[in-house]
Amino acid sequence: MQKILPVAALGVAALIALSACSSGPSATGSKLAPLPKSSDKITLTVWSGFTDSDLAALNTTLAGFHTLHPNITITSEGSQDDDKISQAIRGGTAPDVAISGNANALGQYCSSGAFQDLAGYISRDKVDLSQIPLAVQKFTSYKGIRCAMPLLADDYGLYYNKELFAKAGITSPPKTMSELAKDAKKLTELNTDGSIKVAGFVPTIGFYNNRLDVWAPQWGAAWQSSAGKSSLGTSSGWTDMFAWQKSLTEFYGADKLTAFTSAAGQKYSADNSFQTGQIAMMFDGEFRTGFVDSQAPNLKYGTAPLPVADKLSAHYGGSDIGGNIIGIPKGAQHTGAAWQLIKYMSTQTAPLVTLANGLKNIPTTLDAIKSPDLVSSANFAPFLRIFANPNSSSLPSTPNGGAFLKTATDFAVKWQTGGTTDLSAGLSAADSEITSALALKAP
Amino acid sequence: MSPWIIGFGVFFVYPLLATVFLSFTSYDLISDPIWVGVKNYVFMFTSDPLVWTAIRNTTYLVVAITIGRVGYALASAMVLSKVRRGSGVFRTLFYLPALAPPVAAALAFVFLFNPGTGPVNQVLGWFGIKGLLWFNDPLLAKPALTVLALWASGEIMVILLAALLDVPTEYYEAAALDGAGSFTRFWHITLPTIAPVLTFAVINSIIVGLQYFTEAVVAGAVASGSSDAVGSGTQLGYPDNSTLTFPMWLYQQGFHYYNMGYASTMAIVLFIVSAIFTVILVRQLRKSGMTEED
Repeated sequence: MQKILPVAALGVAALIALSACSSGPSATGSKLAPLPKSSDKITLTVWSGFTDSDLAALNTTLAGFHTLHPNITITSEGSQDDDKISQAIRGGTAPDVAISGNANALGQYCSSGAFQDLAGYISRDKVDLSQIPLAVQKFTSYKGIRCAMPLLADDYGLYYNKELFAKAGITSPPKTMSELAKDAKKLTELNTDGSIKVAGFVPTIGFYNNRLDVWAPQWGAAWQSSAGKSSLGTSSGWTDMFAWQKSLTEFYGADKLTAFTSAAGQKYSADNSFQTGQIAMMFDGEFRTGFVDSQAPNLKYGTAPLPVADKLSAHYGGSDIGGNIIGIPKGAQHTGAAWQLIKYMSTQTAPLVTLANGLKNIPTTLDAIKSPDLVSSANFAPFLRIFANPNSSSLPSTPNGGAFLKTATDFAVKWQTGGTTDLSAGLSAADSEITSALALKAP
Repeated sequence: MSPWIIGFGVFFVYPLLATVFLSFTSYDLISDPIWVGVKNYVFMFTSDPLVWTAIRNTTYLVVAITIGRVGYALASAMVLSKVRRGSGVFRTLFYLPALAPPVAAALAFVFLFNPGTGPVNQVLGWFGIKGLLWFNDPLLAKPALTVLALWASGEIMVILLAALLDVPTEYYEAAALDGAGSFTRFWHITLPTIAPVLTFAVINSIIVGLQYFTEAVVAGAVASGSSDAVGSGTQLGYPDNSTLTFPMWLYQQGFHYYNMGYASTMAIVLFIVSAIFTVILVRQLRKSGMTEED
């Protein structure tokens, strides 16, 4: 035993050295794969995180591609999240096409070469990127590397309960944060014991889609400076936003809000508190219209663009935009055909509209949102306008998967629970933490 | 070369050495690892804003789970060892929660402890006690997780029950003849006899606490109302990072922030701490004669 262990250790050390030096399957490099000939029989593997009806909608769209290219058969596998995609790339078993719902991972995928650079294909096939809004272009590329195309988007708007509005004598949805706070106070109803019966608007960060990425653009709060540095401490929108949030929290009382949100239904369940009439206004994505249709069809509600800070009233109409990304992983076997599919899925109106109708999301080209085939409604239509609005924006891509969101949200929670009172110092400290975390990446 | 050597090398030595190597690199899971020396270790102890929170939370859970789990399991086992009629039914009932999948158990507990609609607060209300926020309160979230761990401590209870039933009855009879009371019998006969098993239970509970992951992730995600157990991870550790454990932060760093080099550093630290407790276990077992000397 005593003799065997050192031998085993040496062998293992050699294995480690070999594995550390190997680079796995190589990327396609600068040479572009040609589009397949119609005589080439190809089976493409497509991975996505979709399940159930979403996967069925994707498969319908993929079937449309197969009809156009009968020589290309597609094997679609759902429930493949980013962890599995990464593992497959590392193991040399990557699919030909990967669809990820986590756009935060794009910075990592582009910077590491996990997803192949599509710039050459886009240029060769003269793909017109101008049909994709700038905000969407931004979240699908990293430092000039376009390693993915957008495949449906989410944007955010204000949902309001029309019956509660009428009861409170409010005739139109608020357009500024001051109006929102005023209306929220009017709409709030208390129980006899002082607890909240109906909340006009819940200002708690972390509750439902009260996420910083949704709130920040409405305040002009920038995540990064023009030099690419974290700018929580230097962009005045952040202090404005947190001051407003604290003021509205104090109106309700932090403890009462905590009791109210703790008892609220789950975000995507039928007992979501907006759907049950216990919240009069909330920020949410276009996908909520689908949930309300199926879970609370009798709810009388309206949608509108998110309010903006009073001094940014000219910017009304936009929101944060995020969404799915589609790319060719490193090690894909049929790169040419994979690009052909991606081009079809992400730039052609018909497949985008088919998929958007199935998932109740926004199709990602300006042509597609005008398509008469796109199923829309009075409450869905505002989200199409928000998507096309030039004031809409998206999160910056970083190589550590959006770790800055966790740091910023942690600070926000600390702020709203009274864990810190020095807003300026806290935001600057968060900047340092974000910068420090990015330094973990290799130079 | 015997088969176990192959298994030991492939499944233990290789991963361990690979992790040690990766802990000195910047590795994003896709590109080749780049040697960065002790940078990850320095970051961990000087710059990571959440690692100390995670260490504090894990330390709390280790202490609370170990004391509570062993105490609860011992008490249950002692009661069950005395039951004569229907002992099989009671033993099954006490053991059953250990078979519940951790995700299902965590979901059930968050439902039971829901501040607004959960039965726990409703029962407290019958006695005029104002309901608590449980998983939504940074001060109570960890105690609630501890209760969940106690509920599922059936396997320790079964081991201790077996040990208790193994204590020779003649010892008790002789002590009773000498006038020893029940506490004296427990202190001088039961405890020394079951000490090796108790030591195992303690170390096992320490390791359970050190590796606490699934229940904390699920409970935090569900209690936050977000349903986003993974994804952006902004709600990880909800509320206010009070349930963020060391393994959770390690996983987040490795698989969501793509800092596998740094996650390996954290894994090494966790391994060293676990190894220290394991050495203590082995020494204690040897001292008490439970294992044969090599």
